[in-house]
Parts: sequence; C-alpha cells; structure tokens
Amino acid sequence: MSQTNKAFSDARPLDQEIAVSVRGVSKNYGSVVALKDMTLEFPRGQLTSLLGPSGCGKTTLLKIIAGLLKPDSGEIIVNGKPVVGPGPNRSFVFQDFALLPWANVMRNVAFGLELRGVAKSEREAKAAKYIKDVGLGGFEKAYPHELSGGMRQRVGLARALAVDSRVLLLDEPFSAVDEQTRRKFQEDLLALVANENKTFIFVTHSIEEAVYVSDQIAILLPRPSRVSEIIRPTSFRSKGVENIRRDPEYLDIVDEIWASLRSYVE
Amino acid sequence: MTNRSLMLKLLSAFLVFGAWEIAGRIPISYAFPTFVESMAALARMTFDGSIFHAYGETLKPLIVGVAISTVLGIGLGLWIGLSERFEWLFSPIFIVMQAAPLAALIPLLVMAYGIGLTSKVFVVCIMAMPVIVLSTSSAVRNTPASLKEMATSFLARDHHVLLKIVIPAASPVIFSGLRLGVSAGFIGAILAELKITPTGVGDIITYSRSIADYPSMYAAIFSIIVLAVLFLNLLEKIENLLFKGNDRGYVTD
Ligand SMILES: Nc1ncnc2c1ncn2[C@@H]1O[C@H](COP(=O)(O)OP(=O)(O)OP(=O)(O)O)[C@@H](O)[C@H]1O
Ligand SMILES: [Mg+2]
Repeated sequence: MSQTNKAFSDARPLDQEIAVSVRGVSKNYGSVVALKDMTLEFPRGQLTSLLGPSGCGKTTLLKIIAGLLKPDSGEIIVNGKPVVGPGPNRSFVFQDFALLPWANVMRNVAFGLELRGVAKSEREAKAAKYIKDVGLGGFEKAYPHELSGGMRQRVGLARALAVDSRVLLLDEPFSAVDEQTRRKFQEDLLALVANENKTFIFVTHSIEEAVYVSDQIAILLPRPSRVSEIIRPTSFRSKGVENIRRDPEYLDIVDEIWASLRSYVE
Repeated sequence: MTNRSLMLKLLSAFLVFGAWEIAGRIPISYAFPTFVESMAALARMTFDGSIFHAYGETLKPLIVGVAISTVLGIGLGLWIGLSERFEWLFSPIFIVMQAAPLAALIPLLVMAYGIGLTSKVFVVCIMAMPVIVLSTSSAVRNTPASLKEMATSFLARDHHVLLKIVIPAASPVIFSGLRLGVSAGFIGAILAELKITPTGVGDIITYSRSIADYPSMYAAIFSIIVLAVLFLNLLEKIENLLFKGNDRGYVTD
C-alpha cells in the first residue's frame, strides 16, 4: 500500500500538467535587481511554496504572476495563455489583508464578485458560504477593526476563494497569527488543497510551514535572485496530518533547507 | 451613552451662556449686552419676522456659494489628486486663494461684478473653496496604495477604483474639509454683507450697531453661530449616513 503510494507520488511530477509557468522573468527596481532570469513551474492542483530570505523577490514574483507588476523581460503563462494583467483565473491574498475598513465582512468577502458585476443576492449567498468555510460564520456584519489579525486574514482568504479562480496567490498569509492559530490554518490549508482543485502559490518565511503544507518547495536565494533548488516531499503527504511533523523525511527536509539557507542569514 | 454626551453638551452651553451673562452684567464694556438681553432681542426679531426676512437675504449667497464650492471644490480636488499635471497647474492657485487677504480683494470683486449677488457668491466661494479643494486632493493622493492594488487584482476598472476605493477612503478628510469650508463660507457671507452692501443679517448687525442697539447686534451674531453649528451637525449626519463604518478606523494603515 505504502509502496504503491510512493510510486504514485514519484510519478506525479511527470504527468502533472503545469498551471503556471514563469519563463525567464527579470525585474529591476531602478538599480536593485529584484528578479533575474527566473524560471519556475507550478503544477496544477498542488501547493508550491516560495521560501527564501527577506528581499529575495518573493512578493515581486507573486505580483508579477498576479499581473500587478510588469516584468522587464520574460513571460508568465497561466493555463496556456501569457499574462498581460490581472485576470479572473488568479486571485491574491495580501500580506497586509487590504480589507476595506468601511465595509463589513460580508461586503469585503463579496468585493471581488461585486467588481465583476454579480448581482447582490447571488454574491452574498456565495460570500456567506466562504465566510462559513473559513470559520467566520456569525461575523458577517462585523467591520474589520472589530476582528483580530487572524480573523482579518481569513476574510482576505475568503475574498480570494469567493471569486473561484483556478490559481491562488498567497503572500505570507499566516504572518499575522499566533502559533496555535497558524497550525490550525495550515491544517485548513491542506484540506483546502485536497478538496478544491486549485493551484496554490504560497509565500512563507517559515521552513517548517513550507515543508508541512507544500507539494513542492522552491528555495529562492538573493543577490542575484535565483531559484537554488526545488524540493518535492514524497512520502509523508499521504500519512495524515497528525503524523507529518514526526516523519523522518519531514525532519530531514527541514534540516536540509536550513543548511542551505543559513549562510544567507548571517 | 448618548444621554451622557447630550448632558455634557448642555452643561458646556450653560457654562458659556452663564459666563456671557456675568460678563454682560459686570459689564466688561458698555457695548456688551447680557445673554438675557440678547435673547430677548432675538425673540423680538423672531416674532416680528425680521430675522427670517434677513436670513432670506443672507442665505442666498451662502447657499449658492457653498453649493458651488462643494461641487466644484470636490470635483477639482479629485482631479488634482488623481493627476500630477493638474496639481502643478491648480494647487498654487488655491494655496494663494487660501492665504489671500479677502478684505483687500473685495473692492476688486465689486469693480468687476458690481454690488449684487454675484460678488457675494464670489466672496463665499473664495472663503470656502480652497480648503475643500486642498483637503480633497491631499486625501485622494493619500489613498492607501494597498487597497488600490487589491481592487486592481480583483479586476476593478478605473471608475471602480475611483468610486469604490478612492472616494470612500478619502471621504473622512473630504468631509472635514467640507466642514471647514462651510464654516469659512458662513464667515464669507457675513463679511460680504458687511463690506459690499448691508443686506440681511449683515444689515441687522450694521444697523443696530449704528443706533447702539447692541442686544440686537449680538442676537444676530448669535443666530449665525447657531445656524452654522446646526448646519455642521447636519453635515456630520449626512456623512455618517453615506459612509457608515468610515468612522471605525483604518485597519490596514
Ligand atoms: N516598489 C519598490 N521599489 C524599489 N525597490 C523595491 C520595491 N519593491 C521591492 N523592492 C526591492 O526588491 C527586492 C525584492 O523585494 P520583495 O518585496 O519582492 O522581497 P521579498 O522576498 O518579498 O521579501 P520579504 O520576504 O521581506 O517580504 C528587495 O531588495 C526590495 O528592496
Ligand atoms: Mg514579501
């Protein structure tokens, strides 16, 4: 059983289709080289983490994929089509939440649909479902300032889910929550990846978090910014969420990543 | 809670009026009537209808001027705030307007537009518009970039960004500019009636001073202040109605 599973996950990278591919993307801010000739592929239906020291261009890459920034050279292909700007197939979860302070949870979550011209009753029905899904049922009428950091983060997540795009871009989405909540969110995220057939691109600073939630981890290094290695955990993903943190492969990968990153911290 | 704040307001009004009464009784000046005398004069003017007649005159340039300043001021402010080029073109004009000594400009206005309604409307606009324009444009320029970016990522068009992000985000500052502008407009309306032609409330002030009827003069001034306060409260109500939740603080800043 475990052997067939292992064989199956080994085979995955090959027959997975690619949802998002980044081809030779460079981006400079004036004289600062944020990204240099970056090439990276994101398999459909999986979660890929971007992990790397501060300033290595993770946010920049995510915003270029979202179509919020134009690359200086190179291109992004999403579902076979080059990206020219923001599109309905991608949605963004912002690190600073970016909630409308004058709108309640319901309107915030429905905001993406509102901009698409979905009728009020329809979009509120949809938003209500995702508000429940992220565990904020009963807070529909609350305003952002009445919520804790973690709750605001979930509003941002629900807003991105509500537009039902195929690709979700998450920029350090769990940075504002305490460790316990963070663990809960990570488990929820795993369930989300399993249940929704979406592609997740996930930026994080935490090595443990990246290894825990990812199907694929891209280690980025700065100066010049590049992809140093891509790690695909194989064995522990299928063993159930409770056992991941005890799995030898999990621990090995965490150590290995720390070994390759530690020289950039000092 | 509301009862308590109402109590405090009443208490503060009571203190002010009490101080006025005492100052009038000492008296600090021969030309300073007591509160009771002034209120009596106000009651008299109310019953013989002269105060309503006066406001009929005063409110014309005030309302027209404030309406023009609001519409034009917010429009220009949005425009200036959204475009670098227009900031270079217009911003200096309004900064100069705000700093200009109005009394010195009035003879010029009279020369150009006569002593009628037009000149008075101009005075109100000169007083009210700059602060509305300048606060609107700075509020627009300070729209949180992260909110605009968020809207863009969810496929907002330019008019969406303007209507659903920029204007609501700027509205608290726009409204505080409006409040300042409207108060300045009140001052402008009275100034116009004192400096151009004495009509309306300005006429009551000028006339009662000339015959040393100080209670009537202070009654007229008092009524303007009351009207301005009522109007500002109305503005606050409108703001709360339009942008519910905006007084709840910014979480993304
Ligand atoms: N708007 C900007 N103007 C100029 N330089 C910028 C801008 N945004 C980012 N940079 C620079 O580009 C580089 C990459 O920035 P980016 O925000 O993508 O890093 P990051 O990997 O997301 O970092 P962190 O983990 O700290 O969020 C940094 O050196 C930063 O100084
Ligand atoms: Mg970042």
